[in-house]
Amino acid sequence: MSQKQEEIRAVLRTVDDPELPNVSVADLGMVHDVLVKEGDVFITMTPTFAGCPALDFIKKNVKTAVEEMTWVESCEVHFSFEEKWSTDAITEEGKRQLKKHGIAPPPENYQPGEEWTVDCPYCGSDYTSMENVFGPTACRSILYCTSCRNPFEAMKPVVDYVIT
Amino acid sequence: MTVNSAEEANQDVAYSKALKELIYQLADDDFLISFRGSEWLGLAPHIEEDVAFSSITQNTMGHAFMFYQLLEDLGEGEIDLLAHERHPDVRRNGIYLEKRNGEGNYLEEPYYDWALTVVRHFLYETFKKVKLEAITKSSYKPLANIAGKVLMEQPYHLAHWRIWMNQLLNSTEEARDRIEARLNEAWEEFGDVLEFGFQATEMEHFDLIIGEEELKERWMDEVAKTIPNLPSEPLGKKFGSGREGQHTEDLDQALATLSEVYLSDKEAIW
Ligand SMILES: [Zn+2]
Repeated sequence: MSQKQEEIRAVLRTVDDPELPNVSVADLGMVHDVLVKEGDVFITMTPTFAGCPALDFIKKNVKTAVEEMTWVESCEVHFSFEEKWSTDAITEEGKRQLKKHGIAPPPENYQPGEEWTVDCPYCGSDYTSMENVFGPTACRSILYCTSCRNPFEAMKPVVDYVIT
Repeated sequence: MTVNSAEEANQDVAYSKALKELIYQLADDDFLISFRGSEWLGLAPHIEEDVAFSSITQNTMGHAFMFYQLLEDLGEGEIDLLAHERHPDVRRNGIYLEKRNGEGNYLEEPYYDWALTVVRHFLYETFKKVKLEAITKSSYKPLANIAGKVLMEQPYHLAHWRIWMNQLLNSTEEARDRIEARLNEAWEEFGDVLEFGFQATEMEHFDLIIGEEELKERWMDEVAKTIPNLPSEPLGKKFGSGREGQHTEDLDQALATLSEVYLSDKEAIW
């Protein structure tokens, strides 16, 4: 990776998803490719959920943040469906930030269509149950921890679809 | 055969004609079913269902717009115009999907029927799954990619309606009777949803999707996994074929309501 690409990637670690405070689009695994041609930057991103109303804001925020860099003349942001985003793309830092804000990272080894739960982000207990798989946004679910009696949210697992 | 871009697709008139026809079906189906879903906002049986249903609806509207985007890329016009300003005669959604939720309307005494909604959404999401699975192998790569993406999200929708279906079929006699009555009704009307319309032969020929008969069989097998006693009559097309541009007054009502909101603020981001 070139010096300039590194710099862009660093900036992308400061642009947060408007629906997940303090979790950057880079740590969510949404940045697929960064191309630099002198002062022009081309960024390919993979959308999380279809119809996620935050996508337009993300696009704008990324463009603005990158264009603030002194050597950047223009930045184009493009969403591509060629690569499919999955919750497996969330980085360790992303998971840490999610937990810090009371949102459990998605479970591992999830099978599409099957029921799932995760450990409580507050007390770590696995004594939890699903309240509503559909939470306040497309990407989150609502669970309940029986140990510390707290409701909490979790990132809904979305993984590549294998036809059976 | 693989076609990687809109430009490439448009070089072959016959190919792009069949392709567009298929995408219009996918887009219009999702658009209409999510409109009917949106009419339930605030009226679902309980608050958790309201949250879940509106999330599914919003997500499905997102899928519709991804399909309209593909059509825009193919030179069919802007997304918003495709969704909101096309005449009913050129709409390609299955007729059963435009059907009103029940008596009354959203603003005045909506006597909507939950049994219809459970039956319709379960049958539709099952259909969407098998159709998109077939399309992941489509010769048009941009469409195959979108199908794969949608299929990562859609299992949540199908699972949701499957749970409702199971619970109501195994609850009181009244619940089962109501579901069965709506199933019988669906059997008279669902036929055209499973068809591909004027370009059916070309779609299969160009490897855009599997054949109609195979799709129908796969759908029936899937549905039977959840509903053991399906109606025995063959599937009907009581009101004609939406795939061929035939529609009912219910579509006019849906489009009029949608365009009221749309025309009130054309610059809004959907
Ligand atoms: Zn806890």
